[in-house]
Amino acid sequence: MASNMNQSAEAALVIDDVVKRFGRGQEIVTAVDHVSFTVKQGEFVSVIGPSGCGKSTLFNIIGGLLGDYEGAVKIGDERISAPHPAVGMVFQEESTFPWRTVIDNVAFPLELQGVAKSERMDRAHHFIDMVGLASFEKAFPSQLSGGMKQRVSIARTLVSQPKILLMDEPFAALDEQTRLLLGDKITQIQQQLNQTTLLITHNLTEAVQLSDRIVVMTYRPGRVKRIVNIDLPRPRTSDVVGSDAFGHYVAEIWNDLREEASRGMADSESAASRRAAHG
Amino acid sequence: MAETFLRRRAPELFGVATLVASVLVFEALVRGGVVNRYIIPPPSDILLAFERVIVEEHILTRCRDTAIEMIIAGGASVLVGVPIGALLYRSSLWRRAMEDWIGALAAAPIVLAFPLFLVLFGRSPKTIIVMGFVHGLAPIILKTVEGLASTRPVLINVGRSLKMTPSQMFWKILFPSALPVIFTGIRLSWTFVLITIVGVEYLINLGGLGQLINELAERYDLPGTYAGICFVVMVSVLFFVALERVEAWLQPGR
Repeated sequence: MASNMNQSAEAALVIDDVVKRFGRGQEIVTAVDHVSFTVKQGEFVSVIGPSGCGKSTLFNIIGGLLGDYEGAVKIGDERISAPHPAVGMVFQEESTFPWRTVIDNVAFPLELQGVAKSERMDRAHHFIDMVGLASFEKAFPSQLSGGMKQRVSIARTLVSQPKILLMDEPFAALDEQTRLLLGDKITQIQQQLNQTTLLITHNLTEAVQLSDRIVVMTYRPGRVKRIVNIDLPRPRTSDVVGSDAFGHYVAEIWNDLREEASRGMADSESAASRRAAHG
Repeated sequence: MAETFLRRRAPELFGVATLVASVLVFEALVRGGVVNRYIIPPPSDILLAFERVIVEEHILTRCRDTAIEMIIAGGASVLVGVPIGALLYRSSLWRRAMEDWIGALAAAPIVLAFPLFLVLFGRSPKTIIVMGFVHGLAPIILKTVEGLASTRPVLINVGRSLKMTPSQMFWKILFPSALPVIFTGIRLSWTFVLITIVGVEYLINLGGLGQLINELAERYDLPGTYAGICFVVMVSVLFFVALERVEAWLQPGR
């Protein structure tokens, strides 16, 4: 109990017994079921689980987009029930504004805050440089690749200097090589800023490559199955994927995930059969 | 250098070449007696009529009159249609109640209601402008609703995560996101507006190019009539080129 209290005290983000149900009456579906874990200051934590385990629901709760839930998501003593300035969100889908240049996209949150133009351009420039897009400041998103657009979104989130960076499968639409290289970029930024980061993903290698700890979720209802400490050296690059230790972690987590993923697959197959039977 | 220029300008050059070829084919068909020259005069006669129409029929003044009516009616359609579309987008009840009616308004042959408008506004440019405005309103309203409703949810979530106010959400995310669809509505609307304006000018024999076409047709001056129609096409092209420029200026990245 005392240890729990200490953990909470040093945590940047506390997820405490969170439950989220959808629907009414007999149609109630529990998406997130008594989920608890903490993220320490400067720590990189990933939440991994099969499709349908409530990862995105958890992302929306932590980001304040789903305010109606049981339990508590806390930053300090504050329970989150609406978007919080301490949390910066990066979405799975491409979310740059096509009508704005890269620098105007990145400076957008500062524009909303009423920061003076010269200052917001300086800050935007700094973060664009950090994500490696310095020569594309005047480009429009339509002129960029998928990976570059996601880096613009990350820079736009970082420019507000959020206490917690919350990402929902930001590289899901990218190919494996780009994903590994962007993983390097994220690791580098996270270490440079000592940025507390929570990544929601279904990608095992991505989670092991980037994380200090991995929260493994069960298939519906989403519960915490296990929390795995990733004891790989830092600073870390994508070279780590060739190491024995990396393979060991991937295999270990896959052992946990296989059963859940199989349940998910069986569930979607039976749902598809039911739909086919009903024409 | 010349090769690059030709490749870049190929679509325009091809378009002009197609137009010239069509004119030549028509010329041959009319002169060969395949097409009755008392229905469609030879294009060369129409070309020769241009000078007469410009000098004797004060075509520039008439173009100006039609263009002014077009600017007022088209501009009013945008200024009124976009806010109505935005209001309908905000109210699901109003949207469901009104959408079909507005769709019907877009399809209605408003030109035929000119006697009613004549009674209400008199035989004046006011009648022409109001009829153009009414006919141009529906496409803008419908496309504004469609554009706002088709904003990608992730962009709205970005706005929510940044705690944007409803006004910021509208002006900084919803409206810019909807602009391409709204411009499609404006293009449709202005087509309706121009058709209505020239049509009503023709029917009530008042104002700019429509009245001129009426007069030339009454005189059975077919080359002149077709030359007048060419000027209507030119006014239309001018408006659409201007609209394209405004669209490119407002949406540089698209």
